[in-house]
Amino acid sequence: MSAVLSAQNLQKSYAGQKVVNGVNISLNKGECFGLLGPNGAGKTTTLRLMLGLIEPDGGYLDLLGHAVPRHAREARLRVGVVPQADNLDPDFTVAENLLVYGRYFGMKDNEINARIPALLEFASLAHKKDVKVPTLSGGMKRRLTLARALVNDPDILFLDEPTTGLDPQARHLIWQRLHDLTVQGKTLLLTTHFMDEAERLCHRLAIMDNGQLISEGSPRELIKRNIEAEVVEVYGEPAAQWANAHAAQYAARFEVSGETAFCYLNDAQPLITHLQSQSGLRYLHRPANLEDVFLKLTGREMRE
Amino acid sequence: MSAHHYALPRLSFRFFPIWRRHFMVWRKIAATSVLGHIADPMIYLLGLGYGLGSLLPEMGGTSYIVFLAAGTICYSTMNSASFEALYSSFARMHEQRTWDAIMNTPVTLDDIVLSEILWAATKSLMSGTAVLAVATLLGLTHSFLSLWLIPLALLIGLCFASLGLIMTALAPAYDFFMYYFTLAVTPMMLLCGVFFPITQLPPFWQGVAQALPLTHAVNIARPLIIGYVPDGLMLHVAVLLGFTLCGFYVSLVLFRRRLAK
Repeated sequence: MSAVLSAQNLQKSYAGQKVVNGVNISLNKGECFGLLGPNGAGKTTTLRLMLGLIEPDGGYLDLLGHAVPRHAREARLRVGVVPQADNLDPDFTVAENLLVYGRYFGMKDNEINARIPALLEFASLAHKKDVKVPTLSGGMKRRLTLARALVNDPDILFLDEPTTGLDPQARHLIWQRLHDLTVQGKTLLLTTHFMDEAERLCHRLAIMDNGQLISEGSPRELIKRNIEAEVVEVYGEPAAQWANAHAAQYAARFEVSGETAFCYLNDAQPLITHLQSQSGLRYLHRPANLEDVFLKLTGREMRE
Repeated sequence: MSAHHYALPRLSFRFFPIWRRHFMVWRKIAATSVLGHIADPMIYLLGLGYGLGSLLPEMGGTSYIVFLAAGTICYSTMNSASFEALYSSFARMHEQRTWDAIMNTPVTLDDIVLSEILWAATKSLMSGTAVLAVATLLGLTHSFLSLWLIPLALLIGLCFASLGLIMTALAPAYDFFMYYFTLAVTPMMLLCGVFFPITQLPPFWQGVAQALPLTHAVNIARPLIIGYVPDGLMLHVAVLLGFTLCGFYVSLVLFRRRLAK
């Protein structure tokens, strides 16, 4: 089966700086693919290249059987986009936003109006149909943006940080809807820097940094390939001093961040026995997760 | 900066849903908008036309208020297109990010810029027609030739919308537009024969006036109001069309550069 989206060796530079540097991605129908990376890793630029909004400096892109950017217009007929920043039309009501957006795809008014009730139902916004956009909460705006991206019944959805800035209730509702979409057979490409989001939603994901994909696979594979199975977090004022003296005896790898020592290991029992005899230290023993992988691969320093 | 920024516009009928969007927004605020577009030029026309006009002799073979009516229609159409292409287009591009939302659909930037020009020209058409209607009711037009001011309002609108969008493409913020209004729009109002014939200007400034699009708009409008076909009609139309096409192309190149980030 041919790929829904295929990118080979994508390149893009701004002012001599390589923002996207040799990205290869191939998406199969019905899968949810996550692009993870710190701010400035090149995620949004990669999405804009895939949509044909900017010209790549090199590489090859095929979206839904159309060469991009040359035939991006045809490809975008079957694409939905949830952008990072809300850009709903503030002058219009919820339903008018969907109507006006559907027209951009060349849809007839009666065709769009026939879809609106189901879209509003999906977005849990049926009761807000005639409400103007500025009075909606952040979560409602995101849901409306998602409904708007579905107005043309797309084959593939691009979501750029779909839950950034939302409260937990709103995030969970969006996750549920995105999961429903994959069940319906839609292909999803999302960027995020929330690891729980990626772990929960994505069949496959890639970690991106400095314009390159540095690791790719299912969430479990990524954890297994890149990091030890267990983590013991040691807290307390003497944690750093303790870690430098003792952690290496027990852990395959450790990192100190402020008053916390992160110990990565495959068998935590000897370390826990040792820690129980230490006063002034508390600890948390947990399985390794995607966030550990992410921090290992992209480092702990701030990206600003 | 790459070569595709300089490509000729690739146009399609997909501009039309955007024009419809603008019209839908306008309908919601039409009452205040119409008042603004008619009230301001009418105050000038009546105040200066009857007030100042009563002190003046005939001008160009007609009463001052008829002379002024043609100028008023031209500058009010220039103003409405300019305001729309600067402030409103900037809001849609920069503040509301409406353009970003639209570009994620099969609509391209070329379609968007075309629709912005056509919408601003539509606003000109509306305000030009409204002022013409009032002038006709006041008995200031003298033949059916004055109906040609309706398509002329559209052409003036296209011209100033295209020129205005160049500023929009360059603007870092709204404050920037003050330069354009102070250094371009207001001087044109005074140099281009709106309030007095350009023959009153020193020779140098007469030459400058000949290079400005508003002069050519007024040169078409005034004879039509008085009741005869303008001399050099084709030249004046060609100048307005030339500014329109250049403005469209230059603004499109600048928008491509600005938004290719």
